[in-house]
Amino acid sequence: MSVIYIVLTVSVIVGIAFFVVFLLAVKSGQYDDSYTPSVRMLFEDELVKGKSKDSIKSKTD
Amino acid sequence: MVNNSCFHCGDDCGSHPISFQNKSFCCNGCKTVFEIFNENELTCYYDMGNSPGAIPKEIEGKYDFLSQENIIEKLTDFRSDTLEIATLYIPHIHCSSCIWILENLNKLNENISDSQVNFGKKTVRITYNSIASNLKEIVLLLSSIGYEPYISLDDFSSGKSHINRTLIYKLGVAGFGFGNIMFLSFPEYFEINEFWLEQYKHMFRWLMFALAVPVVFYSAQDYFVSAYKGLKAKLLNIDVPIALGITVLFLRSTIEIAFDLGSGFFDSLAGLVFFLLVGKFFQQKTYDFLSFERDYKSYFPIAITKIDSSGNETSIQVYDIKKGDRLLIRNEELIPVDAILIKGNAKIDYSFVSGESQTISKQSGDKLFAGGKQTSGVIELEAVKSVEQSYLTQLWSNDIFSKNKEDQFTNITNTISKHFTITILSIAVIATSFWLFTEPSKAMNVFTAVLIIACPCAIALSAPFTFGNLLRIFGKLKFYIKNASVLEQLAQINTIIFDKTGTITSNKSSNAVYDGLTLSQNENLVLKNSLRGSNHPLSRTLYNLLDEHNIVTLDNFEEHVGKGIEANHKDINLKIGSASFVGKTEPASSLNTTVHISSNNVYKGKYTFYNSYRKGVSKLFNLLKKEFDLVILSGDNEGERENLKKLLPSKTKLIFNQKPDDKLDYINYHQNEGAKVLMIGDGLNDAGALAQSNVGIAISEDVNVFSPACDAILDASKLNCLFDYIKASQSAIKIIKWSFVLSFIYNVIGLYFAVTGQLAPVVAAILMPLSSISIVVFTTVCTNLLGRNLK
Repeated sequence: MSVIYIVLTVSVIVGIAFFVVFLLAVKSGQYDDSYTPSVRMLFEDELVKGKSKDSIKSKTD
Repeated sequence: MVNNSCFHCGDDCGSHPISFQNKSFCCNGCKTVFEIFNENELTCYYDMGNSPGAIPKEIEGKYDFLSQENIIEKLTDFRSDTLEIATLYIPHIHCSSCIWILENLNKLNENISDSQVNFGKKTVRITYNSIASNLKEIVLLLSSIGYEPYISLDDFSSGKSHINRTLIYKLGVAGFGFGNIMFLSFPEYFEINEFWLEQYKHMFRWLMFALAVPVVFYSAQDYFVSAYKGLKAKLLNIDVPIALGITVLFLRSTIEIAFDLGSGFFDSLAGLVFFLLVGKFFQQKTYDFLSFERDYKSYFPIAITKIDSSGNETSIQVYDIKKGDRLLIRNEELIPVDAILIKGNAKIDYSFVSGESQTISKQSGDKLFAGGKQTSGVIELEAVKSVEQSYLTQLWSNDIFSKNKEDQFTNITNTISKHFTITILSIAVIATSFWLFTEPSKAMNVFTAVLIIACPCAIALSAPFTFGNLLRIFGKLKFYIKNASVLEQLAQINTIIFDKTGTITSNKSSNAVYDGLTLSQNENLVLKNSLRGSNHPLSRTLYNLLDEHNIVTLDNFEEHVGKGIEANHKDINLKIGSASFVGKTEPASSLNTTVHISSNNVYKGKYTFYNSYRKGVSKLFNLLKKEFDLVILSGDNEGERENLKKLLPSKTKLIFNQKPDDKLDYINYHQNEGAKVLMIGDGLNDAGALAQSNVGIAISEDVNVFSPACDAILDASKLNCLFDYIKASQSAIKIIKWSFVLSFIYNVIGLYFAVTGQLAPVVAAILMPLSSISIVVFTTVCTNLLGRNLK
């Protein structure tokens, strides 16, 4: 069997895999809100600060 | 240095700020919010933005209806025994601090397991434990920190909304097919007669066929449906030649590969569908935070407090209100039905309805119309009509609200497509009959080639890309348009009708002119100081207009509700208020709002309030008058007629005392006479006129807050640019016409290949994308140049 069958099969499978991932991403609503995540991403630091303060507080309690 | 703005909300703290932890607050409400955040280690809220908060409002009893089972059912997205998910609309969401605090709600209430903000839509989706907590508790928590959700009748009746993502799926399928077919068709274009290719080309071709099937039958199905509908209605819309082209492409390609005649045009086919869908996608510009479909339901509450015969308060749905019901309206609540005031001091703000910003005082026994908002204390009403039959709401029973404006309008592309389709079909027939006589074997080939190459992809793309781009440019300039068809209709306008109050007048300030005996220095001092203590809107307006004076303590200050103010300072006794209050019998001729003043029981004079018109209105009208008929259609009395005559060009028609229905009829009448009407209004009372007009633009001081159903929303500060915007939409039509010319040139080149029977797949594969892309580039560059001239 020629290698071209394998190459073609692989390329089509890879293509379809990405296509399915795209459909799932759309379906999950990932593209519905394109702004908030960009802001949310920057919050991690404040959250940690809040948590550490919380834990200190609970220790002193 | 004393910073005099509130740490929480940024408002001016006035002369008596409340101090807490070295921070000043304007009121106890703001301080309480700060305390809540402080206790829960959430003061990061203030690090991200300056004074991001809002003053929490008085909400006692307002949300009692949220304990009702059927209302919870409607408001939640998901319910199980232990868990509920609700999406709430919170108008105050405006900065990153808001997102942060709302996504950390679980620190304030441990029963909330997750909260997620959608900034564009200003919503927060809250997941909470429904055993330990309930919707009412969540809403009260949000209100207590200044994020009061807006729950309207719309939430109740619309149910769960679904986002339509079909176009993205179709685009995805077409893009996937297009990309892969391109890869598979490349070898045959460049490696003709290679031995290995001869061996495998059948497999390549059938693979392309397999990829093209979903593109034709799924991605392109809208074009078939639309073409079928068009033909059924005896219309040759642009989708007819497109659907014809796609069908011919697919059939001819399939026959070619089945009988080994050639490689087919699958790449052109997929590319065509892909580009068309990209155009469609580009043309829809949606503004998440705006709604163009609002009616009264978006503003009316879901439930209202009813007082039954034994004096008990119960919460009932507004649809259940019957004639004769006793209703309790609290401060800041909306009156949902026409009613008679029974008890209490009514000060009604009708700005939702008429755009009039000043509140109106009513005495018991007076009739109150639905849509007003109570602004001082609690009142009791007796309903005289049900919700749907009230003065304002019955406007929505008019047929005009169920019609779709877009359907009644033939757009520029479809206008041209009629001639185009007939021309193409005749060329195809002539060319085919010519070949039938000279070389019959080629006849079929030529016939299909003409239909393929003439497929009006470039024409179909001109309008979507021009309008799509202009929609975005306008959006940046705070002129938000519902869809492309509105832009096209805007270009054809010849009559412009303005509402007066709230549209060409400004809500923020008004002018007052004093008329009467001159007040002494001391009297002016007392006047200013007594107005300072009053919260009546007229007092506030007048206070801001008067010159600065020292602050003195008044010996005696008394506000007589619905009448006026009485103040004593040293030897001056000042009465400010209605004519009867100061002891003057006023002739009833005055149509304007007035405030009368008497000092020591001697009548001094009156302040007459005039509307203050937006900046640039006069200039705008002078620009517009050259090309359009101008009309002012106002629901108010004629008090402003003389003022308007001075301000506006003389040919402007001024019509007063128009009810909402009258406005609608006026526009309908002129449309029957052939006028293309642009209506510019702002309140719910203009909703009928906005729907009836060819283009209805709502003016809004704050686009996030309010606008009735309309075709476009214009920020109030941009009203003076209206002329430029109309001009720009007219230029857009010119751009489209030029790009039609451009695409005809491509078609002529393509037709040369087709008619002479030389259309090889590679020619089609180059020519079709090339024409589409050059049209996209041409229209985008032109509209951007157009946009640069706009401010």
